[in-house]
Amino acid sequence: MMPVLLISDVLLFVLIALTVTGLVFAARREPIRRAWRNVLSDPIAMAALAVLMVFVTGAILDSLHFRRALPPAAVVAPAATTAPASTMTSAKTYYSVEVESLLDVALGDPRARREKSYSAPFAHTLFERQSVDLGDGRRARQYPRLKYGAAQLKDPEHDKASDIASRAAWGVTAALGCVCVMGLLIGGGIARRHRIPLRVALHRLCEGETVLAWRAFLASSTILLVVLVPLLFLSMHYHVFGTDRVGNDLFHYAFKAMRTALLIGTLTSLVTLPLGIGFGIAAGYIGGWVDDAVQYIYTVISSIPYVLLIAASVLLMQVVIQSHDAWFDTAAARADARLVSLCLIIGAISWTSLCRLMRAEALKLRELDYVQAARAFGVTPLSIMRRHILPNAFHIVLITLVLDFSGLVLAEAVLSYVGVGVDAATISYGSMINSARAELARDPMVWWQIATAFVFMVSLVLAANLFADAVREAFDPRGQGATRRRLRRRPA
Amino acid sequence: MIAYLLRRLLWAIPILLGVNLLLFALFFIVNTPEDMARAHLGVKRVSAESIARWKSERGYDKPLFINTAAQGSKRLTDTIFFDKSVRMFALDFGQSDEGRNINHELGTRMWPSLALAVPSFLLGLAIAISVALLLALARYTAFDALTTVACVVMMSISGLFYIIAGQFIFSKLLAWVPISGYQPGLDAVRFLILPVVIGVMAGIGSSVRWYRAIFLEEMGKDYVRTARAKGLSELRVLFGHVLKNGMIPILTGVVVVIPTLFLGSLISESFFGIPGLGSFTIDAIQSQDFAIVRAMVFIGALLYIVGLILTDISYTLVDPRVRLQ
Repeated sequence: MMPVLLISDVLLFVLIALTVTGLVFAARREPIRRAWRNVLSDPIAMAALAVLMVFVTGAILDSLHFRRALPPAAVVAPAATTAPASTMTSAKTYYSVEVESLLDVALGDPRARREKSYSAPFAHTLFERQSVDLGDGRRARQYPRLKYGAAQLKDPEHDKASDIASRAAWGVTAALGCVCVMGLLIGGGIARRHRIPLRVALHRLCEGETVLAWRAFLASSTILLVVLVPLLFLSMHYHVFGTDRVGNDLFHYAFKAMRTALLIGTLTSLVTLPLGIGFGIAAGYIGGWVDDAVQYIYTVISSIPYVLLIAASVLLMQVVIQSHDAWFDTAAARADARLVSLCLIIGAISWTSLCRLMRAEALKLRELDYVQAARAFGVTPLSIMRRHILPNAFHIVLITLVLDFSGLVLAEAVLSYVGVGVDAATISYGSMINSARAELARDPMVWWQIATAFVFMVSLVLAANLFADAVREAFDPRGQGATRRRLRRRPA
Repeated sequence: MIAYLLRRLLWAIPILLGVNLLLFALFFIVNTPEDMARAHLGVKRVSAESIARWKSERGYDKPLFINTAAQGSKRLTDTIFFDKSVRMFALDFGQSDEGRNINHELGTRMWPSLALAVPSFLLGLAIAISVALLLALARYTAFDALTTVACVVMMSISGLFYIIAGQFIFSKLLAWVPISGYQPGLDAVRFLILPVVIGVMAGIGSSVRWYRAIFLEEMGKDYVRTARAKGLSELRVLFGHVLKNGMIPILTGVVVVIPTLFLGSLISESFFGIPGLGSFTIDAIQSQDFAIVRAMVFIGALLYIVGLILTDISYTLVDPRVRLQ
């Protein structure tokens, strides 16, 4: 097995490392801690957090990539007579060109589960009749059995319902077990923290009397686990969300798409943050020609319609990737390069709104007494910007980040539809919706792909929106409403 | 006022110049005409002659900035930069890569776009403001809370789902309206009613929340308390004072999009087969027609700048405190 680090994996881990550092840093400062405590004491935010954690876990699992070693027998060993066979195989191991991730292992090998075509959720046959050779020379049109779905049953018509029920019951039991363990862990944590007996801590947890809204978190996790764990159990023997046109398991796809959605929503910040913060603070604090130049740049960029500028840039990037095929050793690396450059392009275009807000804040802060005092003491402009302006304007950065996230996830679907989104080989909610469009027009209708994309995408965006609301309310010193108005992105 | 407007118009020129240079850099320097030709003709096994022919047919074979082979003023005008970029200032967009006249297409496709975009915009604005006022009136009640939650849910659903679900329910299941297509004249209503309703639905969640926040903020202000102390009824306060003052921030966000209505809606036009500028752009993107994409980006920027200027003007009209200097 050879671990593979795609560019987006590296960037994602860098981002996670930065976030963790930021959280450790924030934990040391009382005002920031208080604001976060406000966020996490909001039951809706905690419930949303549980949903977001499922997506983040899926994304991280799907970011640990590797390539399987091919069995040595498949390798044609040249001049095997001159060298001992054992050193030959160890010296030259060939790797499969298919890049897999830990998520693929957890959910079961996707290739082994590929059917021929559409099959409905929990089906044991294909969705459409195919002509099958009956063996004695005759052919008949019938619904062929699936290779994988319900393959363990001898008489699916008769046994399927009871089989599904028993597996689902096991799943629910396991999920409830997990919930109990989680509840005990959280209760234990609270008990240790406040030095109270576990029984009291559990009682407070159940009554929702804890400082942080753990009860909401637990309730939301319960729902998630009770739904997802049985589905996971069942997916070992069924296609729980059906299969798409070429027979791919959609349950698997829905989980793979989590990574794409999260990457699009977060990787862009690697570009927007440095540009937006740097230019914004410099323009606001230094003023003069710097201010004019920065204002000019962001007016130019933001005057071009968002989708069109992305489309133009992506078209060009596509040409570059097409004409430099040799840069990428696997199809996954090529698709990944396209995903990363899409994120970078979106970032390079959307830093302007953050920049504008940071500039306005810096303009305001530079006139405050403590900044004036720092200037009088002879502190250099650079350290004033770093030590006095940035920390006091940072809530804007945070609010912009969380508010933009859901917009970016939604934008991905639109961009994929326009044809300038992720690579065709990348699984995303946008590409799922896109391929599902034609399926609704079929007769009988194929509804499961669009339904899967809908449920997962709405859960993610809704959770992100609710969480963002709580963050905004907690961090916005102006109180409700004011920042929302200024931060609102214009429709593209 | 006129001096101010003149200055704003002059200020638009460097911005447009910047947009133009950015586009030129993107389309001709980052990505050479050679690459474009290859993308169009297919990457592999393209002869040098066919690339040269493709480029000369579209005028991409000229030098970028200075034509050393030409004489006099032609040294500057017979170049890609002059031909493709400078001409855009005169609103002359030339030919698309497939040889169609872009200006002609713009003139004919503008009308279906407007027929879809204007009703969606007006209806959406009217409904969003009415609902927001209603919520402001019933603030902090169960109705307010439920509607606000519904708004969050509605804005969390991708616009694509509204379109797909709408087409499925109203066109396929109920067969009330045709799935897609367009006819000019009064017949258009039949084709436009569903896209308009869906456009309103998709945008209403976020705008209701935004307007509600604005109205609530206004309601906390001193003049509202004074109005109530005078004994005005809650409705009079709402319509006579809060609505008027709340319109100022609403205008900022709304006026700027009015000119861009010409561009049409990318997604719903192509889903509903309306031959407007939105579907024109999508088709161009999908067939990699760089000339059209370049033209549409430039027009979009131009209209956005017009929108910014209109916003400034509308400020003075609704808010007498604002003086333009």
